[in-house]
Amino acid sequence: MKTQARNGRVAPDGRRRFLKGCLGTAGAAVAAAAVTSPAAARETYERPAEALGLLYDATLCIGCKACVAACKRANDNPPEFSTTDKLWDTPLDTSGYTFNIIKMYRSGTMATKDDEENGYAFMKTSCMHCADPSCVSACPVTAMTKDATTGIVAYDAEACVGCRYCVVACPFGIPKYQYDSPTGKIGKCELCRHRYKDGHYSACAEVCPTGATLYGRTSDLLAEAKRRLALQPGSVTTYPRGNLSGGPDQSYEGKVGNYRQHVYGETEYGGTQVLKLSAVDFEKVGMPYLPPKSSASTSETIQHTLYGGLLMPFAVLGAMTYVARRNVHHEDDTPPPAEPGKEES
Amino acid sequence: MSAQHDARPAPVGGSLFNAATLVCGVLMAVAATIIVVRLFFGLSSTTNVNDGYSWGIWVVVDVFIGSALACGGFCMALLVYIFNKGRYHPLVRPALLGSLFGYTLAGAAITFDLGRWWNFWHIFWPGYFNVNSVMFEVAACITLYIIVMWIEFSPVFLEKLGLHDARRKLEKVLFFFIALGVVLPMMHQASLGTMLVVMGSQVHPLWQTPIQPLLYLLSAIMLGYGVILFESCVAASAYRRQIELSLLNPMAKVMLGIIAVFLVVRFADVAVRGALPEAFRANHVALTFWVENACLLATFLLIGTVEARRNPARLFLAGITVMLGGILLRLNGFLIAFDTGPGWRYFPSVPELLVTIGIFAAEIFGYIYITRRFPVLPREEAYAQPARS
Repeated sequence: MKTQARNGRVAPDGRRRFLKGCLGTAGAAVAAAAVTSPAAARETYERPAEALGLLYDATLCIGCKACVAACKRANDNPPEFSTTDKLWDTPLDTSGYTFNIIKMYRSGTMATKDDEENGYAFMKTSCMHCADPSCVSACPVTAMTKDATTGIVAYDAEACVGCRYCVVACPFGIPKYQYDSPTGKIGKCELCRHRYKDGHYSACAEVCPTGATLYGRTSDLLAEAKRRLALQPGSVTTYPRGNLSGGPDQSYEGKVGNYRQHVYGETEYGGTQVLKLSAVDFEKVGMPYLPPKSSASTSETIQHTLYGGLLMPFAVLGAMTYVARRNVHHEDDTPPPAEPGKEES
Repeated sequence: MSAQHDARPAPVGGSLFNAATLVCGVLMAVAATIIVVRLFFGLSSTTNVNDGYSWGIWVVVDVFIGSALACGGFCMALLVYIFNKGRYHPLVRPALLGSLFGYTLAGAAITFDLGRWWNFWHIFWPGYFNVNSVMFEVAACITLYIIVMWIEFSPVFLEKLGLHDARRKLEKVLFFFIALGVVLPMMHQASLGTMLVVMGSQVHPLWQTPIQPLLYLLSAIMLGYGVILFESCVAASAYRRQIELSLLNPMAKVMLGIIAVFLVVRFADVAVRGALPEAFRANHVALTFWVENACLLATFLLIGTVEARRNPARLFLAGITVMLGGILLRLNGFLIAFDTGPGWRYFPSVPELLVTIGIFAAEIFGYIYITRRFPVLPREEAYAQPARS
């Protein structure tokens, strides 16, 4: 390369071959990086050992929505109305001002609870606190963060630019934006982390009368969920309430539901810290099918492969600079002689 | 070889007050008013964006599509300075001008879509920015590219202002900015495709693929050439100038090559991932997939032969079909084939549409102003007859 530069000019053919070569290499690198799974693959993250979360057992939920009201109060959110009289807080979905909601599944006559046919069931909708959250990967300014110890996915409005990539990225549709405000923020459940210093924990679990929403370390919650799945439906067992990993015993005896043999959140996207049990098919109650591999890991693998250490950009930039330096002719220069031969049109 | 190949750029001249600039001015004023309303009363006061479709046309059209349509400058630089096809030099400045406005306005457009725009600087501030985020790469890279393009284009202003010394100094190092101006768009145009990846299964399988960056890069290049075809034909007709057929003809052939590569990669990817059956379902998603690809295939029918490429009308139409194909690729991935669950609907509101129209009007106004007052388009040889080929 050096000799060529000193000699001034490379034969046109040689140069063209060089150009094609370096561009081809760059193109091939991009293609190879995108197609194959490279050595720099970013694995799906796992939950931190001390991860905190919730266990929601739909068979225990009576649909009282005490958790919805408690969440509003704990997060100082205004009521949202969907009825004409506007008497009560009646949000139809989570929003920038509603971080937790109980939704209802209905089928046919709605005769029996937790029956897929002619029955009804409840489902909690709130942040799942993913082991490998899409929103954290998507956020350009680190306004969405995952705590290394508790694993809580937290939002910092002071950092946020309001691009709403988190809203678009989340497979559960959880981060929501306040579109009616000129200074709108993202709203989502942060597991009541602001209440921990006062000895409180997640308000939804605190107030749940049946223990349908249970707070605790996700490892404990997962063990509890598996215990329930192993029980005989219809038999009697002890159900804890409130905080599973500490606090006073508030347990009671209740009947075991007819569970689907699946702990939702055990493996989805590498696992979530909020786990769910249900008697009705999870997709039917609005919990999407998700593979064990997170989309954040796929996205970051692509990013790191293409831009890791800025190696590839600098390599391509170097090649381009070298080539451009030879090919840029100033207007004061004599124009380059027309290329011999006819255009290949 | 006709004389125009070596023609230096010169201002077109003429009045800045005409029907076109007047219409553009009105549209820009309307858009500006709506933007003020949005800034005081929030996004829902003027747009239909919602939590199911949080990115409406202000993001998908103004930025994602707008920037891809502004790839003409980068595509010409690639051809002229990297592949050393010096004969295309007369097309560089007009193409760069289109890119300059496209990108600058895309950058401006994203600011008022940002919910917390006063924090925008966080994207460039260590301690805030997140290198894992595709959005960070796109935002930082686009901003840098806008700066680089103004530097690339500044000889035009220096020339006009008579600052020849400064111009000569700048031109000594211009090769570096030209190289940057090739690498940066390659990076963020590819990343615009990667943006879809983290959205997972919300994006229909026909558009959800880890090779998105390659597809978006290839499509940005073909769009760049498509836009130049379109722009050259429009500029020639509006300014009653010759069409640079001897340049557009071979350039269109290059474009066809890129489209061919794109289509092979596109269909191979869909087939390898087993998503092909999705294209044969009776639904709107399958339909829009075929429309998207039919646009690109139509380009071959329009300008597949050398003779066809000598026909300005066909070149113009081919420019349009390529643009439509590229536009649909982006609309489909981010809006039409994007599904966040039952109950969510989005169609842009009238004010939302008016802002997007206003942005494009601003681009046209800027293009007219600069080409009439600054040396951008090749100097027209008086009464020179087009070379009969």
